Amino acid sequence: MIIDLKNLTIKKVHEHFIKGDFTALDLARAYLKNIESKNKDLNAYLEVFDDVEEQAKIADDKIKAGKADILTGIPFAIKDNILIEGRIASSASKILENYHATYDATVIKKLKEAGAIFLGRTNMDEFAMGGSTENSAFGVTKNPYDHTRVAGGSSGGSAVVVAGDMALVALGSDTGGSVRQPASFCGLVGLKPTYGSVSRYGLMAMGSSLDQIGPITKTAEDAEIIFNEVHGKDINDSTTIFENTHPKKDLKNKKLIIGIPKNFINKDGVDKEVFTNFEASIAKIKLLGYEVKEISLSDIDYSLAVYYIIMSAEASTNLSRFDGVKYGLHKDGKNLLEDYLMTRGEGLGKEVRRRILLGTYVLSSGYYDAYYNKANDIRKTIKKTFDNVFREVDVILTPTTPTPAFKIGEKSKDPLQMYLEDVFTVTANLTGMPAISVPSGFTNDKLPIGMQFIASHGRENILFEISKVFEKNGVK
Amino acid sequence: MYMINAQDIEKLAGLARLSISEEEKEELTKNMGSILAYIDAIKKATEANKKANTEEIYGVRNVMREDSEPHQSGMYSEKILNEAPRREGDYVKVKKIL
Repeated sequence: MIIDLKNLTIKKVHEHFIKGDFTALDLARAYLKNIESKNKDLNAYLEVFDDVEEQAKIADDKIKAGKADILTGIPFAIKDNILIEGRIASSASKILENYHATYDATVIKKLKEAGAIFLGRTNMDEFAMGGSTENSAFGVTKNPYDHTRVAGGSSGGSAVVVAGDMALVALGSDTGGSVRQPASFCGLVGLKPTYGSVSRYGLMAMGSSLDQIGPITKTAEDAEIIFNEVHGKDINDSTTIFENTHPKKDLKNKKLIIGIPKNFINKDGVDKEVFTNFEASIAKIKLLGYEVKEISLSDIDYSLAVYYIIMSAEASTNLSRFDGVKYGLHKDGKNLLEDYLMTRGEGLGKEVRRRILLGTYVLSSGYYDAYYNKANDIRKTIKKTFDNVFREVDVILTPTTPTPAFKIGEKSKDPLQMYLEDVFTVTANLTGMPAISVPSGFTNDKLPIGMQFIASHGRENILFEISKVFEKNGVK
Repeated sequence: MYMINAQDIEKLAGLARLSISEEEKEELTKNMGSILAYIDAIKKATEANKKANTEEIYGVRNVMREDSEPHQSGMYSEKILNEAPRREGDYVKVKKIL
């Protein structure tokens, strides 16, 4: 049978495998063919693995033996900052260009056990720092809807391979919106799970109190299946949580209440078409029978500044490990200090160096209290604000981004403009709440727009439920 | 004027062990200046609670374990050493520090 890649989901593929309509090898070959014709132009994969067919054959054996898991034979693309043993993991950086992972990340281990197939590693902003994939040391990834525009970032490659039918699903990482923003720019679903729900063992650390691994998919159901498979307590990541860490509440027969933070989403800061789309989405929510409630979030105006202080502080600390001694690039100077200066100066890209300097600044003596400590104080207040709001509402709705996909080069000269793209997404990272971006329509130029649902800690199930209702009711 | 000057950038780059070109110093002075002006807004936040501790912020406690049950000695050595830019036998080779 001819494989219709565009309309495939994990469940559909699984059923086709079981019925014998096509094999994992057939499917893998269909994706490889698509990659062959599209990737050169879009630059979404940094590497396509040369053993994909062998992986698929192993999956087929498992299927034939009647031992197929829901993810057996499902072709995944993996962001280049997640370790797969023996394969290069570069974080799209020169400093790790030839680095081979020495172990499997926990998410990879779980996917391998389930029999998933890894097609390749995807392009990203270097060390996940950016919102456009323009900061990759290996060239920008283009948006499949308009090749003159960015795919978003930092997980831009992961979004484009799914949108361009070069993989069924992908994994990204989200520190301030890096899964949700590219998903919204490419018309996809992107989930940032609750902090600690998915193990980060084997994910290159950027902002350790913010990072989470999340799926990028075509449907909320696919995101749910992947989340269910990869989440859980991990002895190798002490920040992972238990199923009962966050108290659950019974939602059966309860009408969900959706909160809209009106004071946060104003016409001045948001693109006109995104704003109109958001208003239309609220109207649709009401039509679907949900109760909509206006909410006020105090101190949220500081969230972006707080995020950039905490993230850069943590990133500058985490990236101190790249010293040209233990692994990665080594530049030889006259002495050890020169080795460090040259290796890091030449191996790390512009934005990465900028954030390291910013982090060093906010952590330096004399500024530590005014920036880093103060930011943590406000972070706590923001978290409390959300905790209180979630006593009144079940979900908060915002646009995912203030603009649709922007032109390549449009914001790369002005880092602050780029940072402002994250205004709606960073709060979920600062507070640890789960958030999902789902497609909500298109601009007049046919660029995808996304909107974001945020739930309280541990309530991914609410996000999946409401996202599925939206998909079913043609909000596209 | 910007909130940061070329000397500050130089000092930070030294602390962070980064070599930075003269040309880039100028560019950084400008765009880090505007980023710092933006994040400076947090100084106006007055309602923030003082002394936030990590448990309150992250909702999780630090987890400790016994330093016991080591893996078999040498199990990972070769894989890890293979990634070192310079090695000598089973050691990572480094320039002298003093």
